[in-house]
Amino acid sequence: MSGTWMTTRAWLLMLPLLIIMLAVIGWPMIDTVRLSFTDAKLVGAAGNFVGFDNYLKMLGSSNFQRALWATTWFAVVSVTAEMVIGVLAALLLNQQFYGRTVLRALLILPWALPTVVNATLWRLIYNPEYGALNAVLTQIGLLDSYRSWLGEPGTAMTALIIADCWKNFPLVALITLAALQAVPRDITSASLVDGAGSFARFRFVILPYLAGPLMVALVLRTIEAFKVFDIIWVMTRGGPANSTRTLSILVYQEAFSFQRAGSGASLALVVTLIVTVLAIGYGMLVRRAAGSAA
Amino acid sequence: MERRSLLASVLIHAAALLLAAVILAPIFWLFVMSISPAADLVAKPLRWWPSEVDFSRYATLLSTIPNSAGAAFTASLVNSILVASMATIAAIALAIPAGWAVSRTPSIGWSLSLVIATYMLPPVALAVPLYMGLAALGLLNSVFGLALVYLSILAPFTTWLMKSGFDGIPREIEQAAMMDGASLFATLRIVTLPLALPIVATSALFAFLLGWDEFFYALLFTSDQRARTLTVAIADLAGGRVSDYGLIATAGVLAALPPVAVGLLMQRALISGLTSGGVKG
Repeated sequence: MSGTWMTTRAWLLMLPLLIIMLAVIGWPMIDTVRLSFTDAKLVGAAGNFVGFDNYLKMLGSSNFQRALWATTWFAVVSVTAEMVIGVLAALLLNQQFYGRTVLRALLILPWALPTVVNATLWRLIYNPEYGALNAVLTQIGLLDSYRSWLGEPGTAMTALIIADCWKNFPLVALITLAALQAVPRDITSASLVDGAGSFARFRFVILPYLAGPLMVALVLRTIEAFKVFDIIWVMTRGGPANSTRTLSILVYQEAFSFQRAGSGASLALVVTLIVTVLAIGYGMLVRRAAGSAA
Repeated sequence: MERRSLLASVLIHAAALLLAAVILAPIFWLFVMSISPAADLVAKPLRWWPSEVDFSRYATLLSTIPNSAGAAFTASLVNSILVASMATIAAIALAIPAGWAVSRTPSIGWSLSLVIATYMLPPVALAVPLYMGLAALGLLNSVFGLALVYLSILAPFTTWLMKSGFDGIPREIEQAAMMDGASLFATLRIVTLPLALPIVATSALFAFLLGWDEFFYALLFTSDQRARTLTVAIADLAGGRVSDYGLIATAGVLAALPPVAVGLLMQRALISGLTSGGVKG
């Protein structure tokens, strides 16, 4: 069989997928770009061309700057915490102890919970009048009176980040654990013979094996964190006083609550640009990490 | 095996207990809320164990009596199953030929990479045109419209999984069948697909769960019982004026059951998927 026919046949088999992808991703993406240069409303008239007005207005607005800051804060803190806790949990689960297999199986539970259920669960836990967190803290004497964890700008973001970490650190732990199992036993024992302390062993012997998989986990989690919508919408809807309003929430409000499709689209594209730059930058890091590990 | 001191051993077990508590406490509390009488949940000090075990909320939510809380919940349950199933079937139907093509013809692999790279696009970047498009087609608030949109999430994922699955099936087997005069279609149907069945099943299961968990598009593109899915129904309950927190918890338990069951049963497949992703980068 000739190579050209093989390639043509392969494209024909890809065609249905490509057509659907074009319809549900390609075309909407291009149309978002077009909309971002218009003053179109969500329903009704098509809108007029306004050049870069949407972008200029938006980039200068305090709403955008605050949302960008909230998103960055959410992403950096939650991803850092998830990576640290995930690696620690994996190192623990790599030790021998009674009940290890069961604990490993349990690790999958928070991650398997649908995001909306997780958000709902923590919303109930943080409930200002009857929540379990208030009850625990007052019953053990750490808190005098019940607080509105999600209702105060000072605590809402931290409360959200804790809920997000609880769901997502197991993913990091599972990836790390799988990578740990690839570390050859004789290498760790050799380093023991050479007198390496446990920190030195982790830093110089084990960590290089984890670098590649950990970078992948970092990339996946950071991209997810920058796109965050579900957990925030269910727990705070961006409140109180817009303290948890991330970029995705802001786009939703602009395009769907206020029906300003044009400026919503321009905002959405800025979010896309940020995520793309992050992904490409990380991609280069992953390649370097994979290169140094090999 | 290195010898541990007693202190190290105690510390490791203490840390393991702490980890188990951190993982289990919130899940356990969700279940306890779902079986506690409503009065227990608003008691001060809070009762940590129900004064009497009460499973009636499960019956309430799963009842189909018209205009009850159960009717709205079961309608959204049915919608979730419909949307996730339709999207899964379509995604698998697209993924089998495409995954096979990329697996056997690596020179077109970049097209799949491009499809997978769309994962990083935030849904908000597609939402406005999708909304307008669905409105124009009369597919807003429709399970069909939502299933179509879900293909943007499910199809890249299933194609990637199917491609890895086909990679594991030696092409020599296919060539042998072709040598015996079988057509390409017959070869795929008789030889390749039966071998790929486990990966088809795994892909379908995970695709279904992706659809089951989806919230953002469902929130935007559905407005009432005709298409509203479970995740949106639960978010409404959580954000609404429901006075019985146990009912919200019960809805959460029911929505969490399928993915949690799959997660526990399919742990091995899941972890090997994660690691292969980690190795291939």
